[in-house]
Amino acid sequence: MIILFLRRAVKDLIKNRFLNAITVITIALSVLIVSAFILFFININDIIDSWKKGIRIMAYLKSDVSPIEPENIEKKIKLMDGVIKTRFISKHDALIQLQTQMKRQSSLFTTLKENPLPDAFEIRMIREAVNNEKIERLAKQIEALPSVDEVEYGQSWVGHYINIIHLFKLTGYALSGLFFIAAIFIVANTIRLVLYSRQEEVEIMRLVGAEDRFIKAPLYIEGIILGALGGIIGMLALYMTFFYISSNMERHLISGFFNIRFFPTEISCGLVLCSTFVGWLGCFLSLRQFLAKNNRI
Amino acid sequence: MHQRIDVKKTMIPIIRMFGVNQYYGRKKALRDINLDIYEGEFIFISGPSGAGKSTLLKLLYLGEAASHGQILVDGVNLSRIVSKRIPFLRRKFGIVFQDYKLISSKTVFDNIALVLEAIGHKRRFIQKKVNSVLRSVGLEERHNAFPLSLSGGEQQKIAVARAIIGDPKIILADEPTGSLDAKSANIIFELLKRFHRRGGTVIVATHDMELIRKNKGRIFYLDKGVI
Repeated sequence: MIILFLRRAVKDLIKNRFLNAITVITIALSVLIVSAFILFFININDIIDSWKKGIRIMAYLKSDVSPIEPENIEKKIKLMDGVIKTRFISKHDALIQLQTQMKRQSSLFTTLKENPLPDAFEIRMIREAVNNEKIERLAKQIEALPSVDEVEYGQSWVGHYINIIHLFKLTGYALSGLFFIAAIFIVANTIRLVLYSRQEEVEIMRLVGAEDRFIKAPLYIEGIILGALGGIIGMLALYMTFFYISSNMERHLISGFFNIRFFPTEISCGLVLCSTFVGWLGCFLSLRQFLAKNNRI
Repeated sequence: MHQRIDVKKTMIPIIRMFGVNQYYGRKKALRDINLDIYEGEFIFISGPSGAGKSTLLKLLYLGEAASHGQILVDGVNLSRIVSKRIPFLRRKFGIVFQDYKLISSKTVFDNIALVLEAIGHKRRFIQKKVNSVLRSVGLEERHNAFPLSLSGGEQQKIAVARAIIGDPKIILADEPTGSLDAKSANIIFELLKRFHRRGGTVIVATHDMELIRKNKGRIFYLDKGVI
């Protein structure tokens, strides 16, 4: 029976190829839009994560602190909210690090009579605490310590943007959701068009004693095939667009700043499965309405 | 008018109607219909256009549900049937329409095979049986043709072939010769009579009195929904 249903589904797909092609294109476009959003936000997330990892607070100590003072300061900083890790960088270590970084200008250091760099603490924050307000609050707390001379946090602008990006992300999720729902309705409507074009056929099938499952099964198979085809085409189109954009970025040397990536195989397969489900659901919704309308015939 | 010509009775009627009424809004299409039809009978339901002939046939295969009254078909009470059983009720019938109701996008073979596919028969059996039925209606060579490429008479032959292929107990024919010339009408009637001779019950709704005169059968005359 399954082979018969499959054969009928494929035959019908070929027979109504114009309407079915429209359905596949509709699904493919919906998949393309939704997955483009998801891909965009995955990459934005990656960039934010890499920025978040890079956020550190540097606390420079006054030059007159006693040798045991850094230990006390470290204890106090570690107790502060949002701090995950601290590292003491002595003025001596800082100078060596600077010399290593400025190997080509080594002559600069030979003229130095004494080490001008202060002792310092490098402070890392837990990821959840990385937002503008928290960074600022922590910096003020550290700055208030008597032995701390100056506090500096690089990439402080990230904090400002993270909130905006979060808002942007939420909007993206909402839009993706809306597109997903729209895709279901578009598919349901297109399949309904297919059904109406075959209304007489369904009526005749019922008159000759066909059970609903005999009428429904090939249509469900068609819905699944249309959904899967739309999903595959949509993903292929997305991959081609991605390939074009990423190779353009490489050419313009932006890739060093942003390392963009495509979906892992599991997500790509998941999206095709989702689209297959959309095909089935669209079919289910329109069939339920269609058969209920034509119930007695 | 109720004329009895040849009643080939068995003890239990295959179709019984008790006090059947059918309304469309305020309009009464059928009024207080009571009738018994026995297995193996050839029945004519006659009357002018709009008398309720087609409505009466529709009530039998549940194309419509009766507004009032009880209908029994082969022991099944149609007012109590659950929707899942309706396809099984319809398999007791072979239905022939004046407008043939063939699926234009399917070949002659597929149109007929549909009945057996719906019942769940195997491909090989379907192939054999469809070819045999096509042979019996004289259209074996046209199995790959599409309905619209056939003449009216040929299309009606296909409709009859589709009606008889599932070995139904009853054939319902709604104006089966209404749009055919005399020669084609005779051929179609011969096919129906052949089914009847094999023990099948045939119910023909027609306003063609000439056709009724030429053929034997029990006649129910409907006028304004009343027998």
